[in-house]
Amino acid sequence: MQSAISLSLSPSSSITRSDCSVAANAYLCTPRSLRFCGLRRKVFESKSFHSLKVSTRLVPCSRESNFNKVCAALQSNGTPSKGGFDYDLVIIGAGVGGHGAALHAVEKGLKTAIIEGDVIGGTCVNRGCVPSKALLAVSGRMRELQNEHHMKSFGLQVAAAGYDRQGVADHANNLASKIRSNLTNSMKALGVDILTGTGTILGPQKLKFGKGGSGDTFVTAKDIIIATGSVPLVPKGIEVDGKSVITSDHALKLEFVPEWIAIVGSGYIGLEFSDVYTALGSEVTFIEALDQLMPGFDPEIGKLAQRVLINPRKIDYHTGVFASKITPAKDGKPVIIELIDAKTKEPKGTVEVDAALIATGRAPFTQGLGLENINVQTQRGFVPVDERMRVIDANGMLVPHLYCIGDANGKLMLAHAASAQGISVVEQVSGNDHVLNHLSIPAACFTHPEISMVGLTEPQAREKAEKEGFEMSITKTSFKANTKALAENEGEGLAKLIYRPDTGEILGVHIFGMHAADLIHEASNAIAMGTRIQDLKFAVHAHPTLSEVLDELFKSAKVKVNSSSPIAQPVAV
Amino acid sequence: MASLLQSRTPSLSFSSSLCSTPVIRPSVSFLKPRSGPRIPVVRAKIREIFMPALSSTMTEGKIVSWIKSEGDVLSKGESVVVVESDKADMDVETFYDGILAAIVINEGETAPVGAAIGILAETEGEIAEAKAKATSQFSSAPAPSAPKVEESSPAPKVDAPSPPVDAAPAPSTPGKVVATPYAKKLAKQYKVDIGKLVGTGPFGRITPEDVEKAAGITPAPKSNVAAPAAPVASSAPASVPSKAPSNFPEIPGSTVVPFTTMQAAVTKNMLESLSVPTFRVGYPIATDALDALYEKVKPKGVTMTALLAKAAAVALAQHPVVNATCKDGKSFTYNSNINIAVAVAINGGLITPVLQDADKLDLYLLSQKWKELVEKARAKQLQPRTFTLSNLGMFGVDRFDAILPPGQGAIMAVGASKPTVLADKDGFFSIKNKMLVNVTADHRIIYGADLAAFLQTFSKIIENPESLTM
Repeated sequence: MQSAISLSLSPSSSITRSDCSVAANAYLCTPRSLRFCGLRRKVFESKSFHSLKVSTRLVPCSRESNFNKVCAALQSNGTPSKGGFDYDLVIIGAGVGGHGAALHAVEKGLKTAIIEGDVIGGTCVNRGCVPSKALLAVSGRMRELQNEHHMKSFGLQVAAAGYDRQGVADHANNLASKIRSNLTNSMKALGVDILTGTGTILGPQKLKFGKGGSGDTFVTAKDIIIATGSVPLVPKGIEVDGKSVITSDHALKLEFVPEWIAIVGSGYIGLEFSDVYTALGSEVTFIEALDQLMPGFDPEIGKLAQRVLINPRKIDYHTGVFASKITPAKDGKPVIIELIDAKTKEPKGTVEVDAALIATGRAPFTQGLGLENINVQTQRGFVPVDERMRVIDANGMLVPHLYCIGDANGKLMLAHAASAQGISVVEQVSGNDHVLNHLSIPAACFTHPEISMVGLTEPQAREKAEKEGFEMSITKTSFKANTKALAENEGEGLAKLIYRPDTGEILGVHIFGMHAADLIHEASNAIAMGTRIQDLKFAVHAHPTLSEVLDELFKSAKVKVNSSSPIAQPVAV
Repeated sequence: MASLLQSRTPSLSFSSSLCSTPVIRPSVSFLKPRSGPRIPVVRAKIREIFMPALSSTMTEGKIVSWIKSEGDVLSKGESVVVVESDKADMDVETFYDGILAAIVINEGETAPVGAAIGILAETEGEIAEAKAKATSQFSSAPAPSAPKVEESSPAPKVDAPSPPVDAAPAPSTPGKVVATPYAKKLAKQYKVDIGKLVGTGPFGRITPEDVEKAAGITPAPKSNVAAPAAPVASSAPASVPSKAPSNFPEIPGSTVVPFTTMQAAVTKNMLESLSVPTFRVGYPIATDALDALYEKVKPKGVTMTALLAKAAAVALAQHPVVNATCKDGKSFTYNSNINIAVAVAINGGLITPVLQDADKLDLYLLSQKWKELVEKARAKQLQPRTFTLSNLGMFGVDRFDAILPPGQGAIMAVGASKPTVLADKDGFFSIKNKMLVNVTADHRIIYGADLAAFLQTFSKIIENPESLTM
């Protein structure tokens, strides 16, 4: 993979350069550090450092500042195009969104920098998807090992399974560190400048970064992407002490496993944590403001998921209620959660538990960005953008050269959506118009079994069909009929396809079952590429695999048009 | 196989009002408590939720899961419970608004059609009464020393609305009961009144161990996985004659797979069929003309099943006694409609979609209907039938014997059509396609000559099938 060679050179060191194309520039400063960054493979192809074809440029970074650092970058990170900017692209926030954008920008030949005030990797890598997957991997195994019936059906005998909390926590932490360093290295390898500090926009195409105060550094950029992400949302009245009342940030450290934990919110985050906690022996009480658990999922999938993931487990729930006040455990008292009716606001009693996890969603992290300098008003903290992620100011006008991706714009708060938006923006700034189809972005919940979805839910599709006057059909297949699923004793599951029988267009696919999160991509790719069901029916799936669940799903669809793909030339084998 | 007319009191069969809507979604009916001396005045609107009849063959249903829990507010049309019938799992919705006061039949348990599975109260004030009713009337499960609930102490729930006056109740207020989610689940399962327990957990809360102790169960080795609704010996459907299956020697390495609900329904029907005196009459029929016709109409979507059903229906119209039923062993019940059920094998069982008024519909309509029906029958909506057709000809079976489903007069078993050497009366040999049909009938109402005459008519129709297309 990509790799970086960093050299710290004293001012007096001589620098070996070949093919030196130093721009005749009057702003040569004393080089303090030089970074040689390899093109993806070339570094390893050449045995000798000296034979490296390094094309070094000295970049005058800023005229008016104390920025006395010379960046020697390879062409892989481009050269700032005309216009006198320090960078072609500066990304504020090095989460998954910023990282995706940076990598693509380098590929497009843009001179790119990324500003990060905290740790590289953002929420996903450090406090979100990544460490939670480590915990869920543990919970899945625990669940399996503890399920005597399941083990017996394999003919396996397992003595009482137990776990070491610190060991589990370390696994999550190690995974996060590993992914974080991978991410950092991949950017360094490509020569993306990682600028440390808080980024603030000062005006069009102009920003500063640093720890605040006079030590800040000013940079200019042709285009700026805001990718500052989000933080856990803690509703009013809830006191988070980080010990007994926690958010996902704390929970992922797994500092303790309470006997009884209330989870406020039953979306993806809450559901995944309920899977972790119940597998580790906790009992869980869900508190959901809406009338139904798992809002946002296709109702049928939600119902099935509730039947499998909630009802048989040590979980109960209160729906249609808000947690109006949560007091952390202290003075020998448990955590006290006061409930009120979500509609009438009448008190609905209290719940006393050992811990409470606030999983009510995420709030955009957009404070201190300097949006007021360019007359942008956030909406509930979100940066308003158009369908091309271009930032809209208070007057409804587009702010030139300013984009916002990921959780900060609130369009679709998923790591991979942020990355896709970032790539879309890079395409635009490098001259290719691009609009991301958000309906092709899959989502997954990593419970056991997993839930995944792409496109519209059944009610959404129904509404659309009615409004636009087309026919809509639904077909379903069960994991019970899949050989691989049965071999794994995991026959519980359902795949559901919502489609247009007149054109064969996929409107939505929802999967609940083993490895659903990995299975969804066949459908999401088809939506993204515009592949029709009548063509998918001819695609071959290896047998026996779980992918045949989708194969069968596509084949069971009754499409009224024939395959559109031309007859392929026969290939001799 | 096939159907069983509901022998229960018809007033308890709630086969829902779904015919009107294309969406197949049965609804539970709620009736007011059977007005009787037991409840003198029905002031409070406490309704029982009954096990619905999701198909005509369903006699009992298993509660797969309660979608709603006790104390939940229900609104009309909401799904309340998932019931596994002899055919499939179905969501069942409510007809009334109200509060689910008590669950009588728990998840994993089975109840006969028409039995109360839950209690619905109209207002919160009636919950306690409804609960009391549930425990007093329906506590059927072998609750180990479960103390009876007194009306005065409604089983406390953590979320029970506390009086709005000065909220923020202090923890461990006397009278307030805190139980963990699993403890509540266990209490429900073992029918333990959680309000009577003294919690030994942190902050005096009731733990799963407390409930198990109260239920007289030695706590299982602490497992973190909730047992999937341990099959509490449900009030067994006592109807199946226990034929003491104990005497068979056990063969090592064998596996025991319990019947699904559908298979249990088949078993029940099959055993019941033994009480009907049946006899069989076979008949060879030349099918060259029928085969020729089939080739002609096949492109128009007509199936062999439709052709045979139509032919049987036309013959039945001329022999009403074969379409009759003997319900009580004392009389003939002549059916005004000819409803032909056709047995269709599906995964793990058998369904029998019914072609209503098969004699009146033309062949094309019938074929079209057939297609819809197979879809529908898979989704479990079945109608009364008066005659059944079973065809194993496609497997090459030349003749077989069908068991008469209870509630019908006759069933026809159709074998494969095969080229057969025939000698005619002039001594000439020829080869013709011939199939064997075999009819099983209830001899209480249908006699040998009746059946012979019916078969003769049927054979004439098959041998001169043009009339079928008219």
